[in-house]
Order: sequence, then structure tokens, then C-alpha cells
Amino acid sequence: MDIAAGVQACLPIRSDMDLVWVRQHVRQAAAQLGFGLVDQTKLVTAASELARNTLVHGGGGQMETAHVVSGRVHGLRLTFRDEGPGIADLERALSDGYTSGDGLGMGLGGARRLVHDFALDSAPGAGTTVTVTSWASRPPRPREVI
Amino acid sequence: MVGNAIEELNRVPEQEAVGQQGSPAREVGDFLHRRREQIAQRWADETLFRTVFTVSRDEAVEAGRVVVDALAQVAVSGRAADPEAGGFLVVREQLSRMGAARTRTGLTPSQVSNDVDALRPPVLDLLLADLPDAPADLLRESTTLLTVLMGTLRLVVMETALNEGQALIDRQRLQLLEVATPVIKLWDGIVAVPLIGTLDSARSQVVMEALLEAVVDQQARFAILDITGVPTVDSLVAQHLMKTVAAARLMGAECVVSGIRPAIAQTIVHLGLDLGTVVTRATLADALAHALRKLGVGIVTPSAGGVGER
Amino acid sequence: MTDGFSRPAAGHVPVLRLGDVLLVTLQGDLYDSTAEQLLQDIGEAIAGDRATGVVINISGVEIVDSFLGRVLAEIAAKARLLAAQTVVAGMRPAVAITMVELGLTLPGLRTALTTEDALRLLGATDPVLRPGGTRPGSP
Repeated sequence: MDIAAGVQACLPIRSDMDLVWVRQHVRQAAAQLGFGLVDQTKLVTAASELARNTLVHGGGGQMETAHVVSGRVHGLRLTFRDEGPGIADLERALSDGYTSGDGLGMGLGGARRLVHDFALDSAPGAGTTVTVTSWASRPPRPREVI
Repeated sequence: MVGNAIEELNRVPEQEAVGQQGSPAREVGDFLHRRREQIAQRWADETLFRTVFTVSRDEAVEAGRVVVDALAQVAVSGRAADPEAGGFLVVREQLSRMGAARTRTGLTPSQVSNDVDALRPPVLDLLLADLPDAPADLLRESTTLLTVLMGTLRLVVMETALNEGQALIDRQRLQLLEVATPVIKLWDGIVAVPLIGTLDSARSQVVMEALLEAVVDQQARFAILDITGVPTVDSLVAQHLMKTVAAARLMGAECVVSGIRPAIAQTIVHLGLDLGTVVTRATLADALAHALRKLGVGIVTPSAGGVGER
Repeated sequence: MTDGFSRPAAGHVPVLRLGDVLLVTLQGDLYDSTAEQLLQDIGEAIAGDRATGVVINISGVEIVDSFLGRVLAEIAAKARLLAAQTVVAGMRPAVAITMVELGLTLPGLRTALTTEDALRLLGATDPVLRPGGTRPGSP
């Protein structure tokens, strides 16, 4: 449906110094695409959560950014990839309060609430890939079920 | 630009198998190339070109030539049914201007569509006149191809015109959201948004951001969300209200929700939402009194014979 | 902000003493290690200076993720154990909205709009007037 305009950047995630670069890179890319301040902040925060997951649970990896277009709407897609141990129970990993390390257990589930599209692909021993997309002028979000 | 299009036209058949000698694509491409001038002349007198290019007929003819070149290029490339075909890119801006000009005069989309469709018969007539001795198959396929091509042109014009309209709607929607969200300062340290009308998700988000910005700008320790004028709220909006309250708290301000109508209170109960952590007041006046009291501002009613009299 | 990357603040975040209150100002993007170090520094500072309050001004912070959220919550918990109160001041609207969406509402933390408001909240009125910051009745 949407057309990826190609990978724009690929950043390593090997240390907490890299987390800072990831945040600053995402902030700048989102600003360039015309994201509002709140949407920028949400996406950068999600990127920070996911990059830290990649670092802490995946043993390091990388983040790719891509500029995507759907109709007249521009977006930013971030892909976090690691070759770590993977996740066995995806459903549980996305629930609030779940954690296998430090933090408040908000990592994956929290990051999902901060972006428009979220995809998690992982299996034990096969590493983890998380892909998130946010759109500059947000399309109406689907109604949440309480 | 025209020269480039022709160059393109001459180059493409050698690269692609579609435009072989005797094929409908080649036939239509050649025809458009050959009859470019006549087609442009006839189009210049059609409603679409007459109404868009009101001043000079020459301008209309020139615009027509460019469109014919684009059609020829698309025909030869074998993508007659594809609005995204490269040839259309060259004329997209011009077509959008034409479509927009017609839409602005108050025409409905179907009227504009008819205007573009009116360009088809003159071209088809010319094609039929040009191929009197062609085999029946080739003739049929060529006319079909030309018809498809003109249909795609119609689609491109409509699409660009609609995009223009959508962009206008988006701009106006944003303006409306801003106008409908006046954050007012009630007192030193107290800001309020009186909301009127239906709250949807997008508007609740604008309200939330505007109110929290005002909290910072005005250094307001109290923010009042007055929803007296809101007929109903759905679960998403109720959640937004609660998020606003929570965000205000994180910033060091207290958000009071006032004017919750009985129907809305009922909805909130039905939805199972817990407003326990939210400070609510019946009216905006009550909310203001609550904030003033907490700020330590006293209100004294002047007694008879006091300040009120001269 | 958009032109070029700002250098992240590395190393120590200074912990200032203002009367009975410790004042910390966070600025820009922090390394995880810097935040961890701050947690330790504040703990030591409260114990050493016998402070009764901690004010953390985060008006210069552009995002608070769950890691920094946890550090703030731990500072408050640690301070509470040492009988000091913690107030987080100056959070930006975009940061607050994002934290709420993330599910971080920091229930144990007190908040204020500005450092002045935070000091008022801690009852440390005009600490500047009491140079040295000696508490009445301190030995």
C-alpha cells in the first residue's frame, strides 16, 4: 500500500552512546518530514525504548530508517534488528508490566502506543525485528477497545 | 519540454516491444504525433480549454499540444490504462491547474469529468478518418486503445483536482480546530478551555496540547476543562480527558474538569472508566472557586453600604 | 534544534545545594550511564548534606523514556528513605503527553511548574536569605 522510498540511514546500536545518536537522528528525520512537536517526541521516545531493547535484550543490533509515503501522507519507518535470543511469547512481551531486565516494563507495549503502526517479528534463537511507522499528518486512528 | 516529449516518443519504440510496426500502440502513437496540430486546434474550442484559457486561444492550443504529446508518449509506452504512467507526469501540473480552475467555478466533479470526456470524440473522429483502409482488427484495437487513453486522462485530471480539494479541506479543518479551541486566562495562574460542540479524537488532541501549552506560557497552576457545551463523549474522548489530567499533573499543574452533564457522567460509568483521580466540579464557576481557594485568593462580597455604593 | 546534532551531555550532572534543598538541572540528551551516576550522586548528597528536599528541573529535557522515568522514580524512593522529598519541575507538555501515553505517570513523584514553585512546595522559602543553608537547630 505504501511505497518505501528506500532505506535512508542505518545506525548501529552497540552502546548507550548509540542510543543518544538514535534519538537525535530520529528527532531530526521526523522534524524534516514535518512532524509536530508532540508526534516527534512520541516517535523519539518509542525509538529510545526499542533501541534499548535491542541493546539490552538483543545484545546489540541496528536501526534502519526509511521515509515512506502513502497517498499524500509522509511517514517515518524505523526497523530495529538484533540477532539475540528472541522472544518466545510475543503476546506476553507486549503486555504492560512484562520485563526481563531493568525498566518499568513499559518497553514494547509502551512503544506500541506511541506509534501508528507496530510489527513485532521474533522467535526463540532467531533474533528480534521490530518495525514501527508514524505519519506526519496522522490518519484517523482506529477506535480503541477498552 | 515539447521537444523532450517528442524525443522520448521517438526513442521508446526501439526499446520496447509494445510499439512495433502495425501494433495498435504504434498506430495510435503515430496518429497522435501526426495529428498533433489538428487535435490541439479542435480542443482549443472545447469547453474545458475555452473556460480555462479565457484570454488567448493560442495559449489553449499550446496547452493542447503538450497534452497530445503526453498522450502519444503514454500510448507508445504500452501503459495506456495507468494514471501513473511517466508521460502524464509532464502534464500533471497543467492538468491539475485546469481541473482546479473548473472546480473553483462551482462545477461538480461529474461536470468537470464530462468536460474532459468531451475531448474524446474529436480525437476519435480524426483517428477513424485517418485509418479508412486499416484491417478491421487493427482499427477496432486502435480505437479501443485511444478510448482507454482518454479515459485515463480523465482519471488523471479528476485525481489532481480532488487532491487539490482535499488539501484545501485539510487546511480549513486545521484552522477550524484552532478557532474552536480558545484557551483563556481566568486569573493569574488559572487557564480554562470552554469546549463547545462534539469532541472527536483529533480535536481532543488539539485541546490537550493547547491547554498544556497555555499552562507553561501562563505559568498556570490550574487548568480548567469546561465541557458544559459538549453533548456526548465517547470512550476515546473520555480517555483523552483523563490523559490531559494526568499530563497536567506531570507538569506540576492541576486540571479540573467542569460541566460534566448527567448523560456524559452516565456514559463514563457505563464505559467503566474510573474518574476517581480527576477533580471534577459541576460548573465552570465552581471550578474557578476551587482553584482560587487553593491559590489562596479570597473573594469578599461587598456588604451593603460598603464598596458597592458611591 | 533541527540543524545539526547537539552534543549529548556526558559525565556528571552537577548537584547544587540551595539551603536545605538539592537542586539538579537536567539538560539535553543524557547517556544512560550519566543518569545512573546521578542516582548515586544524589543519594550520597542527601546523606552527606542532610538535605530535606530534592528539586530536579527537567525543562531542558526533550524526552523521558521508561529508563529515565525509572531513574527519577528511584531518586524519589531513595530520597524518601533518607527523609527527603523530591519534586520534578518544568516538564514540557510534549514530554508529559508522551509519558502518559507510554503509561509512565510516576505516581510517587511530586511535580511543579518551575523550580521556584518546587521550592515553595518544599517549604524552603527564600533559601537565598539563609546563606550557608544551616538548618535551625542543626548541630
